[in-house]
Amino acid sequence: MGLTKSKNTSFRRKQLLPYLLVSPYLIFVSVFVIFPVLFCFFLTFHKWNIIAPMRFIGTENYARLIHDRLFWKAIGNTLKFLSLHIPLQLVISLFLAQLLNQKIRAASFFRASFFMPVIVSGVVITILWQQLYGFDNGMINRLLAVVGISKKGWLVNPDLAIYSIAIMATWKNLGLYVILFLVGLQTVPEQYYEAAKMEGANSWQRFFHITLPMINPTIFMVVVLSTIGGFSLFIEPYIMTSGGPLNQTLSAVLYIYKQAFQYYNMGYSATLGFFYAIMIMTVVILQKRFIEKEG
Amino acid sequence: MLYAALSIAAVSFIYPFIWMIGAALAPMHEISGMVIWPVHPGWGNFKYMIAKIPILHSLMNSLLLASITTSLVLITGSTVGYALAKMRFRGRQTIFYVIVFTMSLPFQITLIPNYITMVNLHLVDTFLALILPFAVSAFAVLMFRQAFQGLPQALIDAARMDGCSEWRIIFTVLWPNIKPVIVTVAILTFIGSWNEVLWPLIVIRNENLMTMPQLVTLFAVGGRADSQLGVKIAAAVLLALPVMIAFLFFQKHFISSMASTGLKD
Repeated sequence: MGLTKSKNTSFRRKQLLPYLLVSPYLIFVSVFVIFPVLFCFFLTFHKWNIIAPMRFIGTENYARLIHDRLFWKAIGNTLKFLSLHIPLQLVISLFLAQLLNQKIRAASFFRASFFMPVIVSGVVITILWQQLYGFDNGMINRLLAVVGISKKGWLVNPDLAIYSIAIMATWKNLGLYVILFLVGLQTVPEQYYEAAKMEGANSWQRFFHITLPMINPTIFMVVVLSTIGGFSLFIEPYIMTSGGPLNQTLSAVLYIYKQAFQYYNMGYSATLGFFYAIMIMTVVILQKRFIEKEG
Repeated sequence: MLYAALSIAAVSFIYPFIWMIGAALAPMHEISGMVIWPVHPGWGNFKYMIAKIPILHSLMNSLLLASITTSLVLITGSTVGYALAKMRFRGRQTIFYVIVFTMSLPFQITLIPNYITMVNLHLVDTFLALILPFAVSAFAVLMFRQAFQGLPQALIDAARMDGCSEWRIIFTVLWPNIKPVIVTVAILTFIGSWNEVLWPLIVIRNENLMTMPQLVTLFAVGGRADSQLGVKIAAAVLLALPVMIAFLFFQKHFISSMASTGLKD
C-alpha cells in the first residue's frame, strides 16, 4: 500500500494505533516475563536475603544445587507422584470417556459429577481428602475395613504418603481429562469401526488398533498437562503434610517456596526455580518426541 | 453393567462433597467416617469460624479481585488479539511467537523475581500485587486473536466508514459476534483467579487483604482452628460453595471452557 507520502496526523495515528493496542501485552511481558527470566538468571550467581546487599558468588549456587539432597529428594518425590498419577489418570479417564461416548441416559449428569472437583479449589480438595485419609475415622479406611483390608496410614506412612497425594490429584483432575478424551473420541470416524467390524475385529482389537492411534494427540495432551500439574505440586503437600513425613512429600515448588520465604535464600531459591523450569521444559519436549514417534 | 460402572464412579465423586457439607454442619462429636448427615445439624462451626477469622471479608476480596482481573483480561486480550488478527504492522509476527513461547514457560522461573519486583515497587500487601501479574493473559490474547480472525473484514470496514473508533469497533461491533469466546475466557480467568493460592501466600500478609483460599489455607495449617475438624471443613465448604453453585447453573459453559484449555495448540 503505497501511502508513504501522506504525512497527515491521522495517518500517523493509524500507524501508531496497532502498537498502542498491543502495548498492554508488551508492557506486561517485559515486566512480568522477560525481565524476571533475565533477573532470575542474574540471581543464580548471587547470594541475597533481600535485606543485606547482594553478593556475587559465582557458580556457588549451582554447586550447592548439585549436592542438595533435599532438592533431589523433592524431584524424586515428584517422579514418584507422576509414576502413579499419569497411568492412573490415562486409564481411568479413557475408560470413563469410553463409557460416556455411548448413547446413554443422564450423560450430562455423569459428566457434571466427574467434573465437580476440577473447578473446586485445590485447598478444598486437600482439606476434604485429609479427612478421607484419616487413620481411625477416615472414610477410606472404614470402607477398606468393610471388605476386610486393614487400616492404612495414608498420610503418615512415609512410603505411602506421596502416592496418596497422587491418588487425590487424580481424583481432582479426572473430570477434565474425561472431557478431553470425549472430544478426542468423537473425532474418530464411525466408518473405521464399521469397516473393522466387517473384518471381524473384536472390540479390544478395535480399541487398540483404531481408537488408541486416532486419539494419540489427546493422549499427549493429557500426559503433558498431568506432567506440568505434577511438577507444580504445592498446595496439597503444604496443607496436608507440610512435606512430611520424613520429607517424603516435599515437592520441588514447596522446597523453592521454603528456601525463599522461610530461609530467605533468594539467590539459591532463584537457582532452584531456574534449573527446575528448564528441567520441566526438557521433559515436556522429550515426551512430545516420544509420543510422536510411537504414533 | 455400563450404568453400574458409571454410577459407582459418580458416587465416588459426589459422596465426599455431600459428606463435607454434612460435616460442616455437624457438632464436634458427630463428625465421623461415613455418616452423611448429622443428627443435630447447626451453624456452630460457621459461627466459630466467622468469629475467629475475617472469612466474609476475604470472600468479598476474592470476588472483587476475580471480577477486576477478569475484566482486565477481557479488555487487554481483546485489544491485543484484535491488533494481531486484523492489523498489519512491523513486529506482529514476532509478538505472536513471543506469546506462544512465553505460554510454555513454567511459572517456577518467574516466581521469585516477580516477588522481588513487587517488593521493589512497594506493592507487597496491596491489591495491585494480586492484580497486575494477572492483568494480561497470553491464553486470552490467543483466544481473541483466533476469534477475530474468523470474523469478516467487511464488518470492520463498514464500522470504520461509519466513523467508529477502533475501541468501539472492538467492543460494540465485534464483541457481540464472539460471545462464546468471551464466556470461555471469562470463566477460565475467574476460576483461575478465585483458586489461585501460591501467589497470594507470597505477596499478602495483612489478614484484611487476604483472598479466601489463602485465608482458609492458613487457617487450616495454622493452629487457629483449634484442631476443631468441623470448623476447618466449614471453611472449606464456604470456599467451595460459590464455585459449586455457579457450576450447577452454568455447567455446560464451564465444561466446554475448561475443555478448550487443553486444545490451545
